[in-house]
Amino acid sequence: MFRFLNLTLNGVSLGMIYAAVALALVMIWRATRIVNFAQGGMLMFTTFIAWDLAQRHHINYWVALAVAVGAGLVIGAVAERLLVRPVENGPPLNAVIVTLGLLIFLQALAGMIWGNAQAHSYSPAYSIVGYSAGDRTLLFSPNDVYIVTAVLIVVVVLYLLFQRTSLGLQMRAAAFSPEVARLLGVRVGRLLTLGWAIAAALGALAGILAAGTQTGYVQTVGPFDALLVYGFTAAVIGGLDSPIGAVIGGLLLGIVLSYADSYVSNNIQTMYAFLILIAVLMVRPNGLFSRSAARRV
Amino acid sequence: MLELEDVVTTYGAVRALDGVSLTVPDGTITAVLGANGAGKTTLLRSVNGLVRPRSGRIRYAGKDLTRTKVDNVVRAGIAHVPEGRGVITELTVEENLRLGALWRRNRRETQASLTEVYGMFPPLAERRNRSADTLSGGERQMLAVSRALMSRPKLLLLDEPSLGLAPRVTAQIMATLRRLRERQSLTVVLVEQNARSALSVADQAIVLNLGRVVASGAASELAADEKLRHAYLGF
Repeated sequence: MFRFLNLTLNGVSLGMIYAAVALALVMIWRATRIVNFAQGGMLMFTTFIAWDLAQRHHINYWVALAVAVGAGLVIGAVAERLLVRPVENGPPLNAVIVTLGLLIFLQALAGMIWGNAQAHSYSPAYSIVGYSAGDRTLLFSPNDVYIVTAVLIVVVVLYLLFQRTSLGLQMRAAAFSPEVARLLGVRVGRLLTLGWAIAAALGALAGILAAGTQTGYVQTVGPFDALLVYGFTAAVIGGLDSPIGAVIGGLLLGIVLSYADSYVSNNIQTMYAFLILIAVLMVRPNGLFSRSAARRV
Repeated sequence: MLELEDVVTTYGAVRALDGVSLTVPDGTITAVLGANGAGKTTLLRSVNGLVRPRSGRIRYAGKDLTRTKVDNVVRAGIAHVPEGRGVITELTVEENLRLGALWRRNRRETQASLTEVYGMFPPLAERRNRSADTLSGGERQMLAVSRALMSRPKLLLLDEPSLGLAPRVTAQIMATLRRLRERQSLTVVLVEQNARSALSVADQAIVLNLGRVVASGAASELAADEKLRHAYLGF
């Protein structure tokens, strides 16, 4: 029972990170109907920037985080303007290939700058020593509290932005019905750029949170691909179209992976995610929370 | 005053508008009539910048709009109610309306406009927080027209407001247009296939066929011309 509780807590913490990645994917999917495969590369790159600042140059964790999130904003905006905009009205496959190309480019670039092979460790923001309950130690640390809180705050801020502000209303209108939005004077192009920028910044946060997790995340270029797989799976569980679905999908995935890791085997975590992904696509291809009927990838 | 001068708009090899000239004086309702594919919708899309004319000139209130992009055309005081699916069904009724006023950025004015359109169309007020998806066809058309009015336009472009609506609802919308013209001296360009109801509210009209103007004049004259009615207007 205690083990079960521990695994659940651990799953919630991991799930919040997956939820953040999923939310970034969902934002871009809703706005431009593109699955942004470059998300994994973008958040890898920004995490390396933060790591470089924090570990090599001993700059304050929060400053490094802010710089990485800022870099995310820039990378997202530039990617939309320079790479995605020209293929936006073409066949959907073009956009998929462009985002895959960007992923490979960012990985290669990171490899050139920081090296592909050696593993780096990233110090978390807070202690990763679990809280103690009586004489036992919980698998939940101050750093996990930080992760859950940080993602929750971002989710609430994004919710308020989209539901309560004129800017958010315009972004939703541009996503649902770009031509009508344009007729009403919405600057659709700028809002798409902004949407990509926000999504990439959210990814940057998720990458840094993941890099400092208690599992002793060792930073090479590779593991961030797994993070993209988890984020995508979480988004598909939620239905790709639903921000709330992305968050719940992320939590579900985190918890299930945490159980599978411990009760089954911990060597094939990414494969569990793929199994869940395939199962969801077979049983409920529209996800748990989506209303739309058709999908193209 | 809206002026089109020899406007040619093409889609690939198709000349959807083939040299159309039209003058719409302020405070009047002008009906644009014709069959499917005559170029009526293209005319509106050319005016508001959704498509760029290949040649010719479009002027409104002395300003050249020929190369102006659509999001700036709205800011010049021209609102467009597109055909059919102009309502964003994923948003609530009130969110749709707020979008209409968004570029004015003035809370008090927006609120005043909201009160005004709710007064004009009470069914919308009752459903303000419901998804626009739940509205009937007539209510959606009311919402689309109201949303355009939220921007306090000087010129309203209406594309097939009667499409798929019960005659009673069509009459209601036409009556609203007339009232708006009188009260706010709104200028209206009304594209319609339902020539009879359009001519009943319009001051003047043009008839398009294959991208050319085949007839123009006072609405009452066109309605009285039996040959024209048989050939192009179907009544």
